[in-house]
Amino acid sequence: MELGEEIAQRTAFGQALVELGAKIPNMLVLDADVGPSTQTHLFGRAYPDRFIEVGIAEQNMVGIAAGLSTLGFIPWVSTFAVFMTKRAGDQIRNSIAHARANVKINGAYGGLPTGRAGATHSAVEDLAVMRAMPGMIVMDPADPREAIACAQLAMDIEGPVYVRTVRCPVPVIFPEHHKVALGKAVKLHEGKDVAIISSGMMTPRALKAVEVLEGQGVSARLLHMPTIKPIDVEAIRDATESIGTILTVENHSVIGGLGGAVCEVAAEHAPCRIKRLGFPDIFLESGDDEVLFGRYGLDSAGIAAAAKALAEGGKKG
Amino acid sequence: MAPEYDVGSLESVARQIRALIIDTAHAAGAGHTGGSLSEVEILTALYFSFLKVDPSRPDWEERDRFILSKGHASLGYYVTLALRGYFPLDSLKTFDREDSALQAHPDMHKCKGVDYSTGSLGQGLSIGLGMALGRLKKNLQFMTVVLLGDGECQEGQVWEAAMFAGSKRIPKLIAIVDYNKVQLSNTIDANLSLEPFSIKWEAFGWNVLSVNGHNIADLLSALSRARAMAERGPVVIIANTIKGKGVSFMEGNYEWHGKAPNDQEYIAAKKELSDR
Repeated sequence: MELGEEIAQRTAFGQALVELGAKIPNMLVLDADVGPSTQTHLFGRAYPDRFIEVGIAEQNMVGIAAGLSTLGFIPWVSTFAVFMTKRAGDQIRNSIAHARANVKINGAYGGLPTGRAGATHSAVEDLAVMRAMPGMIVMDPADPREAIACAQLAMDIEGPVYVRTVRCPVPVIFPEHHKVALGKAVKLHEGKDVAIISSGMMTPRALKAVEVLEGQGVSARLLHMPTIKPIDVEAIRDATESIGTILTVENHSVIGGLGGAVCEVAAEHAPCRIKRLGFPDIFLESGDDEVLFGRYGLDSAGIAAAAKALAEGGKKG
Repeated sequence: MAPEYDVGSLESVARQIRALIIDTAHAAGAGHTGGSLSEVEILTALYFSFLKVDPSRPDWEERDRFILSKGHASLGYYVTLALRGYFPLDSLKTFDREDSALQAHPDMHKCKGVDYSTGSLGQGLSIGLGMALGRLKKNLQFMTVVLLGDGECQEGQVWEAAMFAGSKRIPKLIAIVDYNKVQLSNTIDANLSLEPFSIKWEAFGWNVLSVNGHNIADLLSALSRARAMAERGPVVIIANTIKGKGVSFMEGNYEWHGKAPNDQEYIAAKKELSDR
């Protein structure tokens, strides 16, 4: 894995599970017939005795994991984020979150890139749903290396954790042995005209946008949020106070995810002009990932344009 | 572990549980009385005879596991656990009150003896299945028993779990259905019939036993057969019961699903129970 190399996050995550499995003998993985897609089948091949295929029965999968956790096993449940967080939403809430079960939840195929599967398969609200669950930790890693770091961190935490991964290739932006700290933003660029706060696969795009902005004479601070919950309150407060205008960028609905979380913090601590870039309140559709991302300004050009408009509009917007 | 009781003594325990359910519901002004009264003999047979449990060691690794999947019937469960010695009978006075260990629905982190939190229907069998799978992986010998409500069996997740357990022939897993024929808003048959119920479970790969769920001797014999049969795959005991059993004006009446008796009803209910 080299810096700049494009690797599917799901593959890196699937391999990370295999590596974690070698170190942690009581770790199990459960999937609901989408192992070749989520890449948990890599774990299944490596440890057939520790992989449970439940069939297309997400609710039962979550319940089984809950029961297994009472015997000291640390199960991962994995399927597409859209089904994981809604089809099995009540089971995650009651059998996992309320019971404080030590179960790790992987929502694969987060956001728009679903291999042209369209509206029914695109999780535009998984972060919002999971963030609202009491006690749930929510991670949205940026690149393949951070997906690995999140898998590791999830295992280090006692209790339920949601880790979102995406299907499409994402450029490696973090160095080897990159670590994630709960509730800590990663400052990827310093600037003074506008703060961009991004999460997940939008961060590599935001990083490119920052370079574009530099060429245009706009100085942007880029904060990456690997954990949407807990969120880095201090970093947001500092951005509102020292820069005063924020652009949030996420592969998710603008309602309830990163943008919503940043607005909540800013509104309580130091209100400022914030623009949320993400999907408006709509279902997505099938088609080419990049064409569709472009429609919502979720490519580096779109991010740069939105940031520039904010920087030029100043704090009044 | 389980004290040795004859059927007569167990029947007397069941009478005590029934009376305490009415007392507790009346004092709290809350509780799911109907479904708690229908499960009394089932819980008596389990906690005072069948289950290998030790109230002084609620976390004992080899204890048999019990999940009240019909978590709203917590009243009957708490009374049984208290009588069995998990916590003082006095705690029942706190039922459903603020800060109580005895929440409206069982909370494993608050109430001693509760093996898993429940409340949202349809989830207990999957959790029990997970325990049974974990037991196999760890080569422990305990039995997992899940008590389901009949209305709860309208939930799809129950059948996802049933399909998995039956198809994989998961051993040492016993489901008991408290088939009291009545749910919150009406009878089961009026809302959504489960029949042919036994045939459904059989088709899902389960061994099925049917009993009178208010007859302790029948329950004990079914549980004993189930223990042996469960070595080869999952077993379900369909316990035919009466919602509100023991109090004539509650029996078979859906209005008593989630209601506690007022003072007048309390006196009448207690009189009926003491006359038996």
